Amino acid sequence: MVIKQLSVFIENKSGRLYEVMQILGDEGINVSALSIADTSEYGIARIIVTEPSRAVQLLKEQDFSVQVTPVICCKLDDKPGELKRMLGGFSEDNISIEYMYAFSKGEDALIILRAEDCDKAIESLTKHHLEIVRASDIYQI
Amino acid sequence: MGIDPRSTKLRVGIFGAEPWTEEMREQIESLLGIKAMNIYGLSEIMGPGVAFDCEARNGLHINEDHFVPEIIDPQTLEVLPYGQEGELVFTCITKEALPLIRYRTRDLTHLDNTPCSCGRSLVRMGRINGRSDDMLIIRGVNLFPSQVESVILKVAEVAPHYVLIVDRINNLDTVEVWVEAKEGLISDSIKSIEKVEKRITNDLVSLTGLHIKVKIVEPKTIERSEGKAKRIIDKRKK
Repeated sequence: MVIKQLSVFIENKSGRLYEVMQILGDEGINVSALSIADTSEYGIARIIVTEPSRAVQLLKEQDFSVQVTPVICCKLDDKPGELKRMLGGFSEDNISIEYMYAFSKGEDALIILRAEDCDKAIESLTKHHLEIVRASDIYQI
Repeated sequence: MGIDPRSTKLRVGIFGAEPWTEEMREQIESLLGIKAMNIYGLSEIMGPGVAFDCEARNGLHINEDHFVPEIIDPQTLEVLPYGQEGELVFTCITKEALPLIRYRTRDLTHLDNTPCSCGRSLVRMGRINGRSDDMLIIRGVNLFPSQVESVILKVAEVAPHYVLIVDRINNLDTVEVWVEAKEGLISDSIKSIEKVEKRITNDLVSLTGLHIKVKIVEPKTIERSEGKAKRIIDKRKK
């Protein structure tokens, strides 16, 4: 259930994200989700790919500072109040979220979230009958 | 305070402790409406007062009745003739408690013994054009790259590769250190990267008294050099 997300440290220089994508693209690794946290000096690209271990290896070979971070993907119905329901559960169970990114298309909304305690977050989601997407499914989206 | 500095009775200012440019002199003079005079000294001898601008402002007259200046080649240590640039060396002839004999200042300049239009016959020294060691003077504070290195070496999250970027913005020295992230050690959150930067900044302040901006850069992006590493990029105008 825990998804291996790549976190790549990238300086704010034009062309750096392109290089990351080139390395992955050339090796036939597909990106299924991407989010960038930025400051004025650098950013962290958070990427979910088809083959996380190989992607890490490839990026490290090219001297990128990359690490694997465990995240969870939760699937909600794309309708008002659903995100509130999820966050309400976390609040009730005292779970802090470090960051999340989300997107909805069609009837589903997918939310990638990084919790301080991954296991506790999974427990809470299960308890509140929220659907957790299997890692193998998300890599292939 | 709402006072026009040009309206005060201040006529002359004496400025020293760090090298300054002719442009800075012009700016100080026009903003404050004073004459800005240069002074040279070093704390090992007496602080300010070793050499001083005269009205001609064409080099600083060294008080030769107290100090004997020489210029040497910092490599061979041979004394160089007047006019040639090298390291300034002093011998104190009147100091009693702590006399210095042929003391190496590490400051690079030249001596000028041609007659000065002011009439004084004391030898003049030129501008300080650099150092024979790698010491930097940042807003009057002495900074050695080795101090920065000692702080960086203690931080596990960064590699011991760094470069110091020194600049002068609005006549104030600025210094920034770029240090490489260690592969994999930079975590996923901006918070924790900022924490590392903050820790280095704080350690540098307590060691050097200077606020040095810390920038973490990607691994293997700082140039590796053969032999003596190029640790300093000094963009300040001489």
